[in-house]
Amino acid sequence: MKRLPTRTVAASAAVAAMTALLAGCATGPSVAELDRQALAAVQASFRDQGIAKVDRIKQDLGQSACSTDKPVSDAMAERIAAEARATMKWPTGGQYFGDFREGERIAQSGRGMTWTDPSTATSANGGNCYNCHQISKTEISHGTIGPSLYNYGKNRGVTDLMAATAQPIVEYTWMKLYNGKTYNACSSMPRFGHAGLLDEKQMAHLMSLLLDPKSPVNQ
Amino acid sequence: MNNKTLWIAAALLAGAGLAAAQTAPAAPKSAGDGIAEYRAMLADGNPADLFEAKGEGLWKTKRGPKAATLEKCDLGLGPGVVKGTFVTLPRWFADTQKVQDLESRLVTCMETLQGFDAAEIAKTRFGQGEQVNVTALATWVAAESRGLRFNLPQGHPEEKRSYEIGKRVFFFRGGTHDFSCASCHSEEGKRIRLQDLPILTRNPGDGVGFAAWPAYRVSNGEMWSMQLRLNDCFRQQRFPFPGFGSEVTVALGTYMGVNAKGAQSIAPALKR
Repeated sequence: MKRLPTRTVAASAAVAAMTALLAGCATGPSVAELDRQALAAVQASFRDQGIAKVDRIKQDLGQSACSTDKPVSDAMAERIAAEARATMKWPTGGQYFGDFREGERIAQSGRGMTWTDPSTATSANGGNCYNCHQISKTEISHGTIGPSLYNYGKNRGVTDLMAATAQPIVEYTWMKLYNGKTYNACSSMPRFGHAGLLDEKQMAHLMSLLLDPKSPVNQ
Repeated sequence: MNNKTLWIAAALLAGAGLAAAQTAPAAPKSAGDGIAEYRAMLADGNPADLFEAKGEGLWKTKRGPKAATLEKCDLGLGPGVVKGTFVTLPRWFADTQKVQDLESRLVTCMETLQGFDAAEIAKTRFGQGEQVNVTALATWVAAESRGLRFNLPQGHPEEKRSYEIGKRVFFFRGGTHDFSCASCHSEEGKRIRLQDLPILTRNPGDGVGFAAWPAYRVSNGEMWSMQLRLNDCFRQQRFPFPGFGSEVTVALGTYMGVNAKGAQSIAPALKR
């Protein structure tokens, strides 16, 4: 390269820096424009495969509001929770409980709803619970994204599932499983009932796994 | 070593690996122990080496309708320059007017230099047809930058835009389970089952996350490129299918690559 006089180099560097700065200010897309472009990119990049159709990337209120590294506003959190409460379904005939052994099997299964799964039927789905939670003590292969659920019922003083004193925690747990956004607008936990991932019976089995004093979880 | 010898060696090694896996003792042992043992066994012989050698061969072999090599392919540091490119991708390319990652750029070169149909390759399933060759090429290109530190360019407005799109895609929640990339990769020290999850919103450290792929996966005996890694993440997120080299996959590469600035590349790595 030909040597330029130092002053010219400094001057052109300054001009270049200035131009870059101006260009950055003048032509950089706004935050809202980038949000719009990102949505367009998502829409253009995915296609149907098996049971996983592109309608899955149409976001609802909560999915859209929680797609950020910043916490949502109190007002938005309340809107999401209110929606979740309004669509909450309690178990038919008050049948909150099933068999904790079945619950353990459902908790172990990480199957369901991917494009390699054959069906969207709830019977084909597991709960994915151990992927994120410690549950019974004997299963050491558990994730840590969610809190430990070991001794879930015991720690909450549940000694009799039918006792009136147990009722609030029974209802709370059902809501967490059905739609955890009721309590935490941007919770990482899937909405097993609301999204049709598990049916009432499957959720009742998980309820027993977590709350039944005889369940291995509470030993 | 000529190509044919290499192929025979590869086949023999793959066979030996399979036999070893089949005769493994059935004694109770945690998955973690098993993987650690297997990794130790392979410490000096990551099967990725075979894909690496194949990729180098492919780069220098006259192929495609134009019977040309890829030796004039520009991966961002000039035609034919391979070393150092892996730690600067994705980046802006003036000829395609696009930010491209390693794999989509390789496919561009296969089209322009060799006459392959890029759209056809993008539609091909991983592990089949020319996709096998793209993965091998990516493995070799990555290996040529082993030990170098990530330093993606962010000077071009499109590179900055790609980062911003990637960040938004990373946090995009959707699908049946409300998952985003951030559900698993935005906190330190988290696991799914026993699998440690890299934090990807910042530099996760040398050889972790973006700095490890392509990688040979012990669990299924396959060589996985970054595009396939992302594809399977989306599968597990219960999302629909991301197109090969689509804008979201490239933008995620830019986001992870820029966040990994300064991290040392160990790709091609050995994975669970």
